[in-house]
Amino acid sequence: MAEIRITEVAKRFGSTTALHSIDLTIADREFLVLLGASGCGKTTLLRIVAGLETATTGEVHIGGKRVDTLAPKDRGIAMVFQNYAVFPHLTVFENIAFGLRMENMPQQEVDRRVNRTAELMHIEVLLKRYSGQLSGGQRQRVAVARALAMEPAVILMDEPLSNLDALLRMEMRAELKSVLAESDTTTIYVTHDQVEAMSMADRIAIMQGGRIVQAASPVEVYRNPAAHFVGSFIGNPPMNFLTAKNAGEGRWTVGGTTIDGPASQQATLQFAIRPEDLHLGDGGFKATVVVIEPLGPHTLVACKVDDQMFRVILESDTRVAPNDVIGIVPQTDRIRWFDPETELAVPGRQAA
Amino acid sequence: MRVRFAGNCRPVHETKPFFSAPRDRDARPEKPVMNPRALPYILLAPATFFLCAFFLYPFVLVAWQAIATDEGELTTKYLSEMFTHWKFNTALTNTFWLVLAVVPIQVALSLLMATLVTKMQKGRDMVLYIWTIPLGISDLAAGLIWLTIFEQTGFLNSLLTNVGAIEEPIAFLGYESKGTIFLAVVLAEIWRATAIMLVILVAGMGLIPKEYDEAAQVFGASRWQRFIKVTLPLLKPSLQTALILRVILAFEVFAVVVALAGTNLPVLMSEVYNRQFDMQDTHVAAAFALLILVISVACTLVIMRALRTPKGASL
Amino acid sequence: MNKIASTITSPERHGVVGGEQRLVRIAFATTVIVLCLWVLVPIWLLIANTFSTPEEVNGFPKRFFPSFDTESVEFFLGFYGVGKALWNSIVVATLTMIMSIGIGAPAGYALSRFEFRGKSTFRILVLMTRAFPLPLLALPMAVLFLRVGLDDTVFALALVHTTLALPFAVLITFSLFSGVPIELEEAAWTLGCTRLKAFRKVILPLVLPGISASAIFAFVVSWNEVFAAAVLTIEHRTLPAFLLQSLDVAPLHLKFAGGAMLVVPALIFIFMVRKYLFAMWGIANR
Repeated sequence: MAEIRITEVAKRFGSTTALHSIDLTIADREFLVLLGASGCGKTTLLRIVAGLETATTGEVHIGGKRVDTLAPKDRGIAMVFQNYAVFPHLTVFENIAFGLRMENMPQQEVDRRVNRTAELMHIEVLLKRYSGQLSGGQRQRVAVARALAMEPAVILMDEPLSNLDALLRMEMRAELKSVLAESDTTTIYVTHDQVEAMSMADRIAIMQGGRIVQAASPVEVYRNPAAHFVGSFIGNPPMNFLTAKNAGEGRWTVGGTTIDGPASQQATLQFAIRPEDLHLGDGGFKATVVVIEPLGPHTLVACKVDDQMFRVILESDTRVAPNDVIGIVPQTDRIRWFDPETELAVPGRQAA
Repeated sequence: MRVRFAGNCRPVHETKPFFSAPRDRDARPEKPVMNPRALPYILLAPATFFLCAFFLYPFVLVAWQAIATDEGELTTKYLSEMFTHWKFNTALTNTFWLVLAVVPIQVALSLLMATLVTKMQKGRDMVLYIWTIPLGISDLAAGLIWLTIFEQTGFLNSLLTNVGAIEEPIAFLGYESKGTIFLAVVLAEIWRATAIMLVILVAGMGLIPKEYDEAAQVFGASRWQRFIKVTLPLLKPSLQTALILRVILAFEVFAVVVALAGTNLPVLMSEVYNRQFDMQDTHVAAAFALLILVISVACTLVIMRALRTPKGASL
Repeated sequence: MNKIASTITSPERHGVVGGEQRLVRIAFATTVIVLCLWVLVPIWLLIANTFSTPEEVNGFPKRFFPSFDTESVEFFLGFYGVGKALWNSIVVATLTMIMSIGIGAPAGYALSRFEFRGKSTFRILVLMTRAFPLPLLALPMAVLFLRVGLDDTVFALALVHTTLALPFAVLITFSLFSGVPIELEEAAWTLGCTRLKAFRKVILPLVLPGISASAIFAFVVSWNEVFAAAVLTIEHRTLPAFLLQSLDVAPLHLKFAGGAMLVVPALIFIFMVRKYLFAMWGIANR
């Protein structure tokens, strides 16, 4: 009912290109996160879907209908802004009811919807207050309730949690996810926080420089990053990258040992593996320990492999000391390969 | 709590589009829905028209009237009539002396008041309101107010008589006492127009973070040094604005003089008024007006040059 | 090191020792009080004169406290032409108020919300008005109005006064609108409002106090204006024009009562908008 189809949407400001021909389809009721660093174009894309900005080229369809030429109010969307945009001159009740009043809804229905969404967001006691009397977190809930009360086909959220402190952010993440999961809306959620993206999304679309680099489920993005950028952006601590030299016939030299890899003719490839996908043992890389960080549930060991920084997550009771030379073995099915020029993933080959 | 939204979701509206969808996708011009290109111009149009019609155009007319006859011939006869009139020199010198006497005192006074009020904590609002009261007072009313003081039967004479300083009331504003007339006008102008500079300077001072003053304190600067070397330079933009405004207004001095001195102290503006209204001599009036205009613009440029701050050197 | 440490105190008590501090504080307070009296006493004297009997006004020596007689005021109000002049002043000021806000506010909104070609040209135009003595406008306008048949009308004077007040109106509304985040408007757009509706329902309530203040300010500017009023009106004189033109012949108590009539409403108005005075003048004059 509310599938969103973005076709070849591009946005140029004079000589700068904010978006390069974006193609993206968001299924009905899907929770899609647009993830990326500042300036990657994610907010611009969201605002184009909302109708607050116009695309230079391309089309946007919502629920099968073309919406490019429609005002925001006619697109069936509701939006939650980064700074909440709660109207200071209205009570919380009137704020939530604002969109309903614009539709001339009968008072009974207005009351019903406002009270229901207020309960949903746990702000029933605040209904008579003004935004100046609310904390940031409370204002954020009002903004969300206001959008939900519209019972829209599509909800757009522009970094709604970024102005909250860490603890509150964590609580709201869970709350938002459950509230939105139970509603029938399609959601586009913009953030630069990869933890938020991973925890909330059905699918993540990672953006860089005005392009979508990869759009897939969180697990897929984590396990099979389509580009170097995705691998390094997602995951904390980040993915490790080493340069591997071609040793002929699908064998590659890296970290002092030779392993199986893609059957490519290239001179070098980028070898990548996540810190948690390695264990102590022989027959792997030679690593010199630099720093040990006992984090509690596990120990993070920063070491040098091939003279590059390399991070390994080991058991919490691991006994190593700085300057030790240890052997670390990568889990073969978690090894990933990237082309050093295009930075795209190269399909590997399972070790025999 | 499980909640299902009752009924259908709000459907996408099938309303008439703001602009019809273009056929060729790639050739579509930028026609924003929420920001139609013409809107700012439509909103600006009345004000632009108004200012052009009632500001730019009249000033061009004034200049024209001063240098051209009714038939449209260029001439200098009105200008020479103005320059050669017996009252011209008096009016010119009076105006200049007034400006020279009043403005520097006002600068000093408003700086003092701005400094005082910025440092106040309690009672600040009340004092600020009192000191800005003159902003709302017409220059004519200000003239009348000081008339009550300097008038022969006025309060100054009453005070002096009551303390026994004089026997008979002094005619401060009499025809012969040009000096005291001038003084009275200076006092009235200072009283009336300092608030204009005060407001601008207070706003400018409010923008200076107090860290600069505190840093100067730490480095051993005395109060006076801090004022001269830190506050004043940072206040330059506001000073520039305040000074330009005040000087232009000073050359327009009119009603205060008329109220206090009648015809005993001619100034440029009163000459304009006389010729226009009493003598119906619009061309020479325009000549005087042109002169005031030129002086104002010249002063503005001088002040802008003298008080300019190099790029990056301001707050 | 110690010397520096002891000088880091609050700006008031620039640190030396107790005695000097006290002296500074006394000097401070005295100066402030003197300056306050300097402003207030003359106004009081005018009011005192207004509430004296005509004999007292013309008599000598004057007392500091009048007899609180309304005879002068009554005489003034009953004097021929005063009632009409008062009425004209009110009409012109009201027209000025309406026109300057009606023309200036849309311009202020456009300047605060849009980027467009010609924006800086317009801003320069508005700023230029401050470099020119505006009352002089009355001269050519007198000629123009004569030709159009508008001479000696309240509307014509209101046009000139609006020119006086318009730059302020534009700059003040510009800063008012800039103070409202555009996100509030955008939120309203996503909640079912057209641009105009969003303006009415969200922006207007928030800027109304400021716009009212600048409207009152425009009123006061027009109420007080003397030169243009004197030049442009004969039959339909405003109060300042009336007073100016009768300065030679009017008896003292008439002049002072008239002065009070000019001063008192302005005093009240300025009191009402004092909160916005600094926003208006401070920002408008940048």
